[in-house]
Amino acid sequence: MKFKAEIDIMPLKALLDPQGKAVTASMKNLGLPEINNVRIGKHISLEIESSSKEEARSKADEACKKLLANQIMESYEVGIFEV
Amino acid sequence: MKFGVIIFPGSNCDEDMIYVLESKMQQKVERLWHKERDLKNCDFIILPGGFSYGDYLRSGAIARFSPIMEKVMEHAAKGGFVFGVCNGFQILCEAGLLPGALLHNSNQKFICKNVYLRAQTNQSLLTANIDLNKPLKIPIAHGEGRFYAGENLLKELNSNNQILFRYCGEDGKISEEANPNGSLENIAGICNSGKNIFGMMPHPERAADAELGNTDGRILFESIVGLVNA
Repeated sequence: MKFKAEIDIMPLKALLDPQGKAVTASMKNLGLPEINNVRIGKHISLEIESSSKEEARSKADEACKKLLANQIMESYEVGIFEV
Repeated sequence: MKFGVIIFPGSNCDEDMIYVLESKMQQKVERLWHKERDLKNCDFIILPGGFSYGDYLRSGAIARFSPIMEKVMEHAAKGGFVFGVCNGFQILCEAGLLPGALLHNSNQKFICKNVYLRAQTNQSLLTANIDLNKPLKIPIAHGEGRFYAGENLLKELNSNNQILFRYCGEDGKISEEANPNGSLENIAGICNSGKNIFGMMPHPERAADAELGNTDGRILFESIVGLVNA
């Protein structure tokens, strides 16, 4: 079976996110001062050939731990969908 | 004593490093392509600066899986010397050979300028000969150099004398204003607890030739060469 993983990677809450901070500041210039605390991460989607949803999830998790996210600075969430 | 400089796709400070080691320090140097699986009997491995793999995903994240890195890990585990400068430092952190991580500079800018740093300990090969009170003028050139480590790790780095360099002012004062990128405690360079793996964001190889008008970085290479060849 083929599964799709949708992975969100975000900078840890405790860390300064300079990109998000710069974008937050620009919201005021746009005339949207009510928008605050912009934080910017990345979204990764990938396909997994696997016999079960659980196995697909564990493969995606392994990919996150080994490469896609650096847990010293980032957190991640994985969503698994059957294609 | 033989140096090995690893060349990743996107390395761009490899030739500067080789030039300093060969022409200024009269050392033997091997160029090691990242796809090789052989360190060619090099005793001291250097990961140079640059933009390995275009900094895709995170700086250094993909380079750590280059075939040669397996050998670098083995070399390091046996106590062999490994030194990463700038992108090389980022790769060593991503590979888990050095603790902590290097985040986007707090001002979200790529910073390329001369800064000052002071060695914090003489208990490492890299800093053994450096006067701890003397500010060294050495350039930085990075977008992701904000050193970060969790609270416990930071304590450990301090108590084990693993912090090699801190950013300071021209007067040697370590202050918030002298911190170019937002690094925790002004940290510019560290080593592992075994003191055989070193990493720093500033580029000593760009400050080791009188023709370039700055030789403050030479002392690091003299320190390495003097102690290793002794």
